[in-house]
Amino acid sequence: MFSCSFASNRLTSASSCAAFHLARRLVSTTTTSMSLRSPNANDFQELSKRIDKVLISHDAQTLLKYNADWTGHYQGRSKIVCQPQSTQEVASILKYCNKEKIGVVPQAGNTSVVGGSVPIQEEVILSLERLDGIVSFDDENGILTCGAGCVLQSLQEKVASYSHLMPIDLGAKGSCQIGGNVSTNAGGQYYYRFGSIHANIIGMEVVLPDGTILDLLSKIQKDNTGYDLKHLFIGAEGTLGVITKVAIKCPRLPTARNVAFLACESFDMVRKTLTCAKDELGEILAAFEFIDEQMLDQVGNRKKIPVKHGERNYPFCILLETQGSNDEHDMAKLESFVEKSITLGNVVDGTLAQDMKQVNDMWEIRESCNPIIREIGYNYKYDISLPLSDYYDIAEEMRERLVSKPEALVVNWGHVIDGNLHLNIITPGDFSADEQIIALIEPFIFESVVRRGGSISAEHGLGQSKNNYLGKYAKKDDIVKVMKLLKSIFDPNGIMNPGKFLPSTK
Amino acid sequence: MKILVGVKRVVDYAVKVRVGSHGVELKNVKMSLNPFCEIAVEEAVRLKENKGAGVSEIVALSIGPKQCQETLRTALAMGCDRGIHVQTDLRGDYMELQSDAVAKLFQKIIEEKEKDADLVLVGKQSIDSDCGHVGPMLAGYMSWPQATFAAKIDVEGNGLLVERETDQGTETIRIPKLPAVISCDLRLNEPRYATLPNIMKAKKKKIDTFQAEDFGIDLEPKNKVLEVFEPPARKEGIFVDDVNQLIDKLRNEAGVIP
Repeated sequence: MFSCSFASNRLTSASSCAAFHLARRLVSTTTTSMSLRSPNANDFQELSKRIDKVLISHDAQTLLKYNADWTGHYQGRSKIVCQPQSTQEVASILKYCNKEKIGVVPQAGNTSVVGGSVPIQEEVILSLERLDGIVSFDDENGILTCGAGCVLQSLQEKVASYSHLMPIDLGAKGSCQIGGNVSTNAGGQYYYRFGSIHANIIGMEVVLPDGTILDLLSKIQKDNTGYDLKHLFIGAEGTLGVITKVAIKCPRLPTARNVAFLACESFDMVRKTLTCAKDELGEILAAFEFIDEQMLDQVGNRKKIPVKHGERNYPFCILLETQGSNDEHDMAKLESFVEKSITLGNVVDGTLAQDMKQVNDMWEIRESCNPIIREIGYNYKYDISLPLSDYYDIAEEMRERLVSKPEALVVNWGHVIDGNLHLNIITPGDFSADEQIIALIEPFIFESVVRRGGSISAEHGLGQSKNNYLGKYAKKDDIVKVMKLLKSIFDPNGIMNPGKFLPSTK
Repeated sequence: MKILVGVKRVVDYAVKVRVGSHGVELKNVKMSLNPFCEIAVEEAVRLKENKGAGVSEIVALSIGPKQCQETLRTALAMGCDRGIHVQTDLRGDYMELQSDAVAKLFQKIIEEKEKDADLVLVGKQSIDSDCGHVGPMLAGYMSWPQATFAAKIDVEGNGLLVERETDQGTETIRIPKLPAVISCDLRLNEPRYATLPNIMKAKKKKIDTFQAEDFGIDLEPKNKVLEVFEPPARKEGIFVDDVNQLIDKLRNEAGVIP
C-alpha cells in the first residue's frame, strides 16, 4: 500500500531550493492578507493556555513534517503547531487567532499536491491529527461518525470489520485523513461508483473562524430543512472553517471483487472498451483506470507489469474493477465482456486477477504512479478533467510542445471513467524546475483545457498552486465575486488558510 | 515426462476469516488457488517450457466441490494441459476431508487414471489446514522418493536435483530416477499471470470429473477436531513518555531485561 513518509531526506536541498524558487514564481502575488500578523512567543503562551498540546520550534527540521508538502514544491515557515484533541480546543484556537488576526492553516494528512495544506509564511498550523476518534458506526444504515483526523485507511479497515466499505479510495489512503478528504472534495478511484463526497457526507461538525461550533451532524440521509450548509465546507479547502467531525454514508462491502488488467493499442480502443464495459458489466463496474506506455515504462522499473508486448509495454493499459454480491455472476459477466472486447479487437491482451494478491498487485501498479515519479525527478503536475473525445489529445499536444526538450517526458494515468486525467511531465534525474519547460507548458495547457471545455483542476483542488487561475481559467468574474462574498461572510478577517483557494489579493 | 500437479481451492489468503459454530465461515468468502499450489503449477509449466526436460503433458488435479473447476481453469490458463476434478462436498480445510484420504485419492488417480505419471508436484502445504502432509504421505504410499520444500528444481539425466529449504539453510537432494514427489516452497518461483488468450484457450481444455466416493477409500477424518476458535484479540499497546519509562516497563512489567 502507498504510504507517505516524511523523512526529512525527502527534500534534498537542491530540490527544495528549486521548489522554493518555483513556489515563489507561482505565489509571488500570493501574500497573506495585509491585515494578518505573524504569531510570536506570546501567542504561543496564550495558545498553550487554551489547549493541551502546542508545539513551538525555531528549528526548521523539527517542524518540517508540518511545513513541507508532499510534492517537495512548497515549504512554509510556521513555528507553531497546535494539536487540539477536541472540538472545543479547535474553537479556542480559532477564536484566539481570529481576535488577534493571525493566519491559521488547518492540516490533516498533509497529502495535498497543490500546496493547500502547508503555510505560505508563518501561519499557525492547526493539526487535526488528534481528532482521530470513532464516534459511532451504525451498521444497519452504514453511517460512520468519526473525527476529522482519522486516517482513511484505518477507517477502511474499521468499517470492513462491520462488512462495509468507505465510499472513497485513493493512493494516499495510508496518510490522508478524512477531514482533509472532505475539505478537498477528494475524488479517487470509486468516484464513478459511489459518487462524490458531496453525495456521501450526510453530516459534519464544523468550527467557524470566530469559534462558533456548527453541529451539522446527522444520523439520517434525507433532510430538506433549510440551506444545506455542509456542502459549502466540502471542497472549501479549509478557507471557511475547520471540519472536526464527519458523518459519512458507507456502502456494504462487496463479497465479490474482481480486477482485470487489459491492454489496448490506441486511446480510441480504450474509449471503446469503456463503453463496452458499461454495457456488459452494468451495475458491477466499480472502477476503470488507465496508464499510458510512458508511465508504465517508469513503473516497470520497479514492479512487474502483468501484460507486456514482449519486452515493451503496450501503448495503454486499463485497470478495471468490478464489485458485486455474487462472485459467480460477476466472473461470468467479466469473462463475457473480456471475450467480446478481444473479439472486437478493442483489447489485445490482458489478465484477470486470480486471487486477492493479484488484485492488490494490480492496484499497486496504478497507485504507485504518483510516488514513483516523485522519486525520479522534478514533476510538473497537472490534474485535468476533459470530455473523453479530447482526453488523450492533450497529452499528445504537450509532447509536441516539448519536442525541443527531449529530457521532459509526458507521462499519463487517470480515472478515465470520469474524465479525469493526471498529466505529469517529468525530467528523470533532474530535480530542479526548468523555467523554459514551464514556459512551454503554461499557460498553454490551461488554455487548451478551457478551449476543450474541461477543468484545470479536476480533483486536486486549487491550494496555493492554482488559486490565481480561478478567475482566469476556471470561473467567470461574477462567479468569483460571489465566492469572495461567501468568504467574507464566514471569515471576515481572512484568517483561514490565507493566500489559498481564492485568488490572492495583490 | 508426465507431471501431475495438485491444485487446492482454499480461502483466499487475503481474507479475514471468521469462526462460526461449524468452524471457519466459508459462505460468501473469496476462494482462490492455494499460493503454494500456484507455485507448483508454475514450476510444472516452466519444466515443460524447458525443452531439455522433455515434459510431454501436465495434468492438474483438484479435490473438492464443483467450484474446483474454476481452480482447475486457472491452472489450465497458466499452462497445464488437462484437468482432473475429484468431486466431493466434504470440507477440505481439515474439518472433514483430511490429509490421509487426500493422499490416498492422489494414489488412486495415479494408479487407475494416470499410470505413466513421472513426477507429482504439490504445494508444501495449503493455507487453510497448514498440514503439509499430502506430499510426504503420497510418496510413502507410492514408495516413491520425495523432496519437500523445494526452492530449486533442475533436471539431471534421468532424475532431478532439488534444493530444499531447511531452518539451517539449503540442502541439496539428488533424485537419481523418476517417478518422485516434490513439494514446492515459496522461493521456487514467481507464478505468472494467466493472460487472456490463455484464459480463453483454457475453456476448451479437457477436465474429467470423478466422484470421490467411487474410489473405495475411507474418506472419514482420522483426527477429530475438538474446537476451532479465533486467537485472543491482541492487547492494545501503550505509549510511554520517555526512555526511562520504557526501561522501567521492560524491566519491571514485561520482565525482559535484568
